[in-house]
Amino acid sequence: MPVVKTVRAIGHRTIDMVWRIGYASRFFALTLYYSGTSFRRFHLTAKEMFASGVMSLIIILVAGMFVGMVLGLQGYETLKRYGSESALGSLVALSLVRELGPVLAALLFASRAGSAMTAEIGLMKATEQIAAMEMMAVNPIARVIGPRFWAGLISMPLLSAMFSAMGVFGGYVVGVVVIGVDEGSFWSQMQSSVDFQHDVLNGVIKSFVFGVAVTAIALFEGFDAPPTAEGVSGATTRTVVESSLAILILDFILTAFMFRGD
Amino acid sequence: MTFPKGKVIAVMGGSGCGKTTLFRIIGGALKPTKGHVKIDGQVIHDLSQQGLYEMRRKMGVLFQFGALFTDMSVFDNVAFQMREHTDLPEEIIHDLVMMKLNAVGLRATHGLMPAELSGGMARRVALARTVALDPMLILYDEPFAGLDPISLSVVGNLIRKLNDALGATSVIVTHDVQESMKIVDYNYFIDSGVIVAEGTPDEILASQKPYVRQFVNGEIDGPVPFHYPGGDYKNDLGVNA
Repeated sequence: MPVVKTVRAIGHRTIDMVWRIGYASRFFALTLYYSGTSFRRFHLTAKEMFASGVMSLIIILVAGMFVGMVLGLQGYETLKRYGSESALGSLVALSLVRELGPVLAALLFASRAGSAMTAEIGLMKATEQIAAMEMMAVNPIARVIGPRFWAGLISMPLLSAMFSAMGVFGGYVVGVVVIGVDEGSFWSQMQSSVDFQHDVLNGVIKSFVFGVAVTAIALFEGFDAPPTAEGVSGATTRTVVESSLAILILDFILTAFMFRGD
Repeated sequence: MTFPKGKVIAVMGGSGCGKTTLFRIIGGALKPTKGHVKIDGQVIHDLSQQGLYEMRRKMGVLFQFGALFTDMSVFDNVAFQMREHTDLPEEIIHDLVMMKLNAVGLRATHGLMPAELSGGMARRVALARTVALDPMLILYDEPFAGLDPISLSVVGNLIRKLNDALGATSVIVTHDVQESMKIVDYNYFIDSGVIVAEGTPDEILASQKPYVRQFVNGEIDGPVPFHYPGGDYKNDLGVNA
């Protein structure tokens, strides 16, 4: 009976999904519970900050620069129609600080560092390194997961800030140096329109939330990956897909709360 | 099954007979559906997580392929438990690590990464890591799998010597009859989760039990069938249709 089979399949998937959500929540709660190690032995967290944060710098800086340059070009073309070329600095800075910086930096972080975290932990599991740690009476959530989680959380806002800074520089290069927008108005417009609390701080909050989402997804997928080549590759793909969707959905929710009609 | 102090005991059986499950139950990673495992007077699966971790500090486990931490050097791998569980100063840890590596003949590899080691060397480094805190019980999961004849003898001898030097108890889960017979004091044969034979190496070699004979002599067919249980061969070929 195809109907029975379909109902059974839906039921099976639902139970599986609920079980997975419960397992992920427990994993997240345990990560927070055992986070003490990450701060007591900060060198473990610092090492992971190097692996996930510093090693992502190149892609973040280059991408930020080019996004800023594109914003400079497109923004100038649009603003010229209304005779507001001098507002280019505001447009570039607000776009980057409020939206593009946190969102694009998080998407790049998910693809570069998130996938690497998943693959590393998945392979540690497949090669019995996680089991070995357990048998040595060392809690892998405290020793492996916690430091990576906090490293991701600390790195994400910093990377986002660097993305935005490079983007502003890219916008400046295209707008002022190449096209010839007045340098004084470029910077002064930017200074007057960007509010620290409303724009910068909200951008930082966004990038912090994205950091939690990306890192938690990446670590959970790695820890939950079946210990096979297909299992690890599937988990890595899921990390990028789930993180990207989570970033975009969370961005909408946060934006709706932060910038309602003003 | 009993594993007396100071002895090296092999648990043998074919693939899928329950060796690794037993290994995990002894290590406290799985709970038995029936019976219990008592180590040093304590029932391992009744312990809290804290109690289990306390017990595991007295145990050493060698995994099939070593399970060395690939992001750490040989030195850091061996020092791992010392740094995690003791407050020893780094100078003393250095000396202890060198002594452990010297015992397995790999002192000079302390600066190498696991990827730079051969399979046999990785197993020996893992052995040094396993005995880093002088455990009272050492569990070996297929320690002879995939080793060349020289590495096989080296690892076998090390298991025996380290056990005697530490006064520990070693349990080897393996299907390598020839190598394990040279070093163990006692053997258990298991099949489908039950003990089918036991005895000293001499008793096992002299045994006339069909299962033991098939296993020791490596016979293709016997109590352990060559064919996986299934339907009629002719049906599968469509001859009876």
